[in-house]
Amino acid sequence: MSYFSEIYHGIKTLLTGMSVTGKYFLTSRKGAITQQYPDNRETLKMFDRFRGEVIMPHDENNEHRCTGCQKCEIACPNGTIEIIWDRGIDEETGKKKKKIDQFVYHLSMCTMCALCIDVCPTDAIEWGQNFENSVFDRTKLTRVLNEPGSKLAPGVED
Amino acid sequence: MKQTTTIDKGLTEPYQINMGPQHPATHGVLNLLLTIDGEIIKKVEPDLGYIHRSIEKMCERDSYQQIVHLTDRMDYLSSNINNEAVCLTVENALQLEIPERVKVIRTIIGELTRISSHCLWWGVMGMDVGALSTFFYGFRDREMLNDIFEETCGARLTMNYNVPGGLMLDIHPNFVKRVKKFIAHFKTKIPEYDRLLTQNVIFQKRTKGVGVLSKEDAISFGVSGPVARASGYSCDVRKYHPYSALDKVKFNECLKTEGDTFARYQVRIMELWESMSIVEQLIDNIPEGEHRVKTNAVIKLPKGEYYQKVETARGELGVYVISTGTKNPYRLKFRSPGFSNLSVLNHIAVGGKIGDLVATMATLDLVIPDIDR
Amino acid sequence: MTISIININYNLISSIMLEESMSILNMILVALGYLGFFAVAGLFLVLMERRVAAWFQLRVGPNRVGFQGILQTMADALKLISKELTGTVKADKFLYNLAPYFVIVTALMGLAVFPFTKDIQAFDINIGIFFLIAISSIGVIGILLGGWASNNKFALIGAMRSGVQTISYELSIGLSLLTMILLTGSLQLSEIVEVQKSGWLIVQGHVPAIIAFMIYMIAGTAETNRAPFDMVEAESELGAGFHTEYSGMKFAYFFLAEFINMFIIAAIATTVFFGAWLSPFGITESLPWLGVFWFLGKTLLLVFLMMWFRWTFPRLRVDQLLTLEWKYLLPINLVNIVIMALIVWLNLTIQF
Repeated sequence: MSYFSEIYHGIKTLLTGMSVTGKYFLTSRKGAITQQYPDNRETLKMFDRFRGEVIMPHDENNEHRCTGCQKCEIACPNGTIEIIWDRGIDEETGKKKKKIDQFVYHLSMCTMCALCIDVCPTDAIEWGQNFENSVFDRTKLTRVLNEPGSKLAPGVED
Repeated sequence: MKQTTTIDKGLTEPYQINMGPQHPATHGVLNLLLTIDGEIIKKVEPDLGYIHRSIEKMCERDSYQQIVHLTDRMDYLSSNINNEAVCLTVENALQLEIPERVKVIRTIIGELTRISSHCLWWGVMGMDVGALSTFFYGFRDREMLNDIFEETCGARLTMNYNVPGGLMLDIHPNFVKRVKKFIAHFKTKIPEYDRLLTQNVIFQKRTKGVGVLSKEDAISFGVSGPVARASGYSCDVRKYHPYSALDKVKFNECLKTEGDTFARYQVRIMELWESMSIVEQLIDNIPEGEHRVKTNAVIKLPKGEYYQKVETARGELGVYVISTGTKNPYRLKFRSPGFSNLSVLNHIAVGGKIGDLVATMATLDLVIPDIDR
Repeated sequence: MTISIININYNLISSIMLEESMSILNMILVALGYLGFFAVAGLFLVLMERRVAAWFQLRVGPNRVGFQGILQTMADALKLISKELTGTVKADKFLYNLAPYFVIVTALMGLAVFPFTKDIQAFDINIGIFFLIAISSIGVIGILLGGWASNNKFALIGAMRSGVQTISYELSIGLSLLTMILLTGSLQLSEIVEVQKSGWLIVQGHVPAIIAFMIYMIAGTAETNRAPFDMVEAESELGAGFHTEYSGMKFAYFFLAEFINMFIIAAIATTVFFGAWLSPFGITESLPWLGVFWFLGKTLLLVFLMMWFRWTFPRLRVDQLLTLEWKYLLPINLVNIVIMALIVWLNLTIQF
């Protein structure tokens, strides 16, 4: 008799399984979990804290907040950040002061560990939400984050 | 030319076949050298090293803050628990007093990571035994968790949210709301997992009595995690050596005694319920306070040896640090669960069919970067 | 002298050939028509499988090429044609190249006997069901050849599994159809349809017919090597199974043949159990050409059922596959035949 109860039980479990997938088949039109990616570019918004790439925000006067302290360069485990710096004369005090010449960021080496942004004393760098980083030439992944002609915003001290 | 004489003798001859490193069932670059007689497996030799990145050696180069992000890349499915392990080691060595808030948040995110890892495992388990739709159902639920992680930590997989001394950022204001929504959603989905796969007669036939691991063997092979608990070996680090806020919550250790593939499956499904209950106990009363204790910019551990173990989704992860008092560890050793769990594969798969091997391997839940490091 | 003989011969032959050539032309046209149908049906079924799979898995599925992705498989076929035909160096070249044609030709032959409507039936052979069973078991030779000749161990395991599987499940298919033959008393497909004018066979035969139908669907799914019986391909076990070493159009032949075989299995079920082109309760009896839609509709419904199986169930293990056949399906089938015989003898069939 267990032979037949086994068959009955087997068929019952199979039908239960089919009812689960069948339910999804009928409701799938509104419940698709995938996104049609390039089409939804306009509506696709990443979270605020999303780690896409390191960017250096500039204000309207083309001023950034990087003092060139190099803490990020030391904190980075992969050598992703290279700061080429110089010493310039501060106009107000007339003292010699460190300033950045180029803030070089190698995106190709970055592991998005956020240690540089965590350690930055002046919040000069932060996360950008751009995630479309594919390029045909890998040299394009090496970026200079400070814009040409930009200078340190006044009042920023480390 | 010498003819093979096997047919004359009426004997069969075992042959070797390479399963992997590019094979759908090995979930990564694991090469299994199988010795098969027809369909029956005579020997399984795992061949490692395809994704060895010398993480332990890199740790000797890096500072203690930098080590944390490397552990993301070991067992990437329980990355937050790995981070926590390193941070706990450093904090214990420095004898830092960690705020309650940090402990609770770490535990919540750790348990969510476990759920997310088991979700992925469930999907892949179904796919390995041939039910292809489970993969998407598992990923659907995992996606909600990944969104929670992304909103709070900034990354979906390699989170690097813990730092020695606390958390990199405070939790996102939406965190509690989203986690509650997920718990409510997921409570309706696990019964569905059961209806679709667990009680399915084909699935039960495929897994029951397959790849049996006895309790004695589990202990002598050093197996840990759900694999060991399915053999009746009570070894939950969360129970025996509670860390973070785990000593404040009530949960049961999921134990089974059969030791077969189906028992391992059931233990993981039970762990989903337990992890959810842990999160539910903590989510409503996250204490207020600091999310981070100030540490020195350069952390130097006092001279000595330190060991900390945690329970990842796969088992016991141990972090063993020898410090000579400098800013880098002299030696850092990870005791990864996957390596020990893989070592039983030859023991439990021999005598089964190729299909059994795939099902067994699915419930060992191997993550190859965790094994190779 | 010689010229005149040739002339006489020519006249003689041409007068005989005229009628022959007309019928040959006819045959070629019909064959071309079926080839066209075959290609379209194959491509459509692949598309249907992909969309259905997507809907089962909460995805969207192919929807870019053409309206709602309707040309997607056409594009895929073009891609596959343009791809290089690679193969292993140590393969048995002749058998390796022969295998896909074996599979595709047998799949194509099966289509010939189906009554799409009362009038559209290319080949109304009086042993129709027998012909179909015979044809469908030739296809496995192609799979065996392909797996053997590829000189690849994964392919070989797949091919051997296929041999085991098909030999076993042939039996169930044959016996479950035999159960229904007891009702019709004829192997000819047009006769079988005639009988069903007084109720589809699944209604006429009630309980044993439903059991026979279930056995037939299980065995049919196994016969086409589809999940949960896709031992032959078993992607998580064998990579791609018997067609591991095939690429381009040769792979596409295996792929298309799988779908055509699925169509054939469903079409046999439609003809034998669900009254082929007959409409339910005879609602469109006045419009006989609508039979095509009824036939295709019922067939596609059964194809959908097989797809539903595929995207829900885990795969059986190879020994469980044989257990299912020899310990469950076969004994039940034999008992079922006896019950059906009793029902026919005692005239307990339900007829309208």
